[in-house]
Amino acid sequence: MDIKEYIDSGILELYVAGSLSDKENQEVHELMLKHPDIEREVLKIETTLLQLAAASSPSESKHVFKTVKEHIMLDNKNSKTNSYVNKKSKINWFNYSGWIASILFAVGLLWLGYENRQLTSEKNQLSNEINQLKTKISTNESDKKFLELEIEKVNTNLKESKELISILRDRHIIAVPLAGQAISLNAYAKIYWDKSTKTIYLDAQGLPEPPEGKVYQLWSLTLEPLTSKSLGTLNDFDSVTNKIFTLKNANASQAFGITLEPEGGSITPTLDQLYTLGIV
Amino acid sequence: MQLPILVEKFQQKDIIAFEALYNMYGKSIHGVIYNIVRDYAAADDILQDVFVKVWNNSSNYSTEKGRFFTWLLTIARKAALDKIHSKTINPSEHNLNKQCFADIIETNEFLNTENDGLDIKVFVSKLANSCIDVIELIYFKGYNQKETSESLDMPISTIKTRNRNCMMQLRLMLNI
Repeated sequence: MDIKEYIDSGILELYVAGSLSDKENQEVHELMLKHPDIEREVLKIETTLLQLAAASSPSESKHVFKTVKEHIMLDNKNSKTNSYVNKKSKINWFNYSGWIASILFAVGLLWLGYENRQLTSEKNQLSNEINQLKTKISTNESDKKFLELEIEKVNTNLKESKELISILRDRHIIAVPLAGQAISLNAYAKIYWDKSTKTIYLDAQGLPEPPEGKVYQLWSLTLEPLTSKSLGTLNDFDSVTNKIFTLKNANASQAFGITLEPEGGSITPTLDQLYTLGIV
Repeated sequence: MQLPILVEKFQQKDIIAFEALYNMYGKSIHGVIYNIVRDYAAADDILQDVFVKVWNNSSNYSTEKGRFFTWLLTIARKAALDKIHSKTINPSEHNLNKQCFADIIETNEFLNTENDGLDIKVFVSKLANSCIDVIELIYFKGYNQKETSESLDMPISTIKTRNRNCMMQLRLMLNI
């Protein structure tokens, strides 16, 4: 079978669209299992369609899942006996803790993959550069040294990434998602809080670049009464490439918030500049 | 998390897996629904109904039948079309015939705030009208080859390759 011809026929585009018959769907599925090229092509078509369709969504739809969940819970309650519900909720909780670990694990893996790819390409680039230098100048000790230093830097980066992954994989760590607030609905951040070492790893990838003269500040909040304590500012935001900030937190925090403050930070949070907020 | 594992967990009624799937596909499904009904409130309602239905009928899905996203897409298109036909909402029919996903993307202010949003606006504006028509019918309306060929007055034999070429143009621009 000519795989390229099969892919070029356009059948996989129709497969993703859902316009093939059951029998044809089954055939494509079997071929996907046999030929990675076909599977890869299907994934690419799906990714394209996902992006196109998402761009056709003119409003925020994240909140809808909340009502979906409410419906599901309600249905569950109506149709099952109490004892079943109790049993069920225990199982759910158990699943939940497993999931946090799995999600952290997945985040770690993604991170490793991403870092590795970057580092590999950086390494490849460097070895190319070394080759070029070798042909141009037979001996240029200072350039060589510089490149060696660069390679060393790359290796240190890799080590740091691995350490970060081992932290994220720790199942005792508490993950707190911070959602975007009125001033920036698309902003988000994530906190990984290791209570045993009183350390917070803040992933601020989802925050927009702060404007000149401003800096993000992380706050530990306790509710009733609402009190806030500064955990520090996210300095040199644009030069930290992985956007992971490590901060100390010895408080019994119930929530975390991130505000935009003048350089150097503020004593109390400027609430109308609240970018993200999340409850522990 | 790998998709097959997520789907399996979801079928075992794991709500966290379900939420992960919603986060992966919800926005795209919302786009398809909105393109059909053209009404914010109705689109949200249908999106909600679709995902409740998907949860309740999770055992109906199997990988042999197709992609998980395709399954969602099929259910969502049907729900949106049913809503239109039930006339609980009443979009101006005249407009509806002329509007397509590309119009939404063109005027979607949401995209201006996203990293790649502006890119996709530009790419879609570069697509030929014939491509927009084919993509609209096949993906957004769920037409099969025969219906598409009749609607666009094109030979049925060219639909499949036309659609592939159009998607390839998009992929080239999106670097996928």
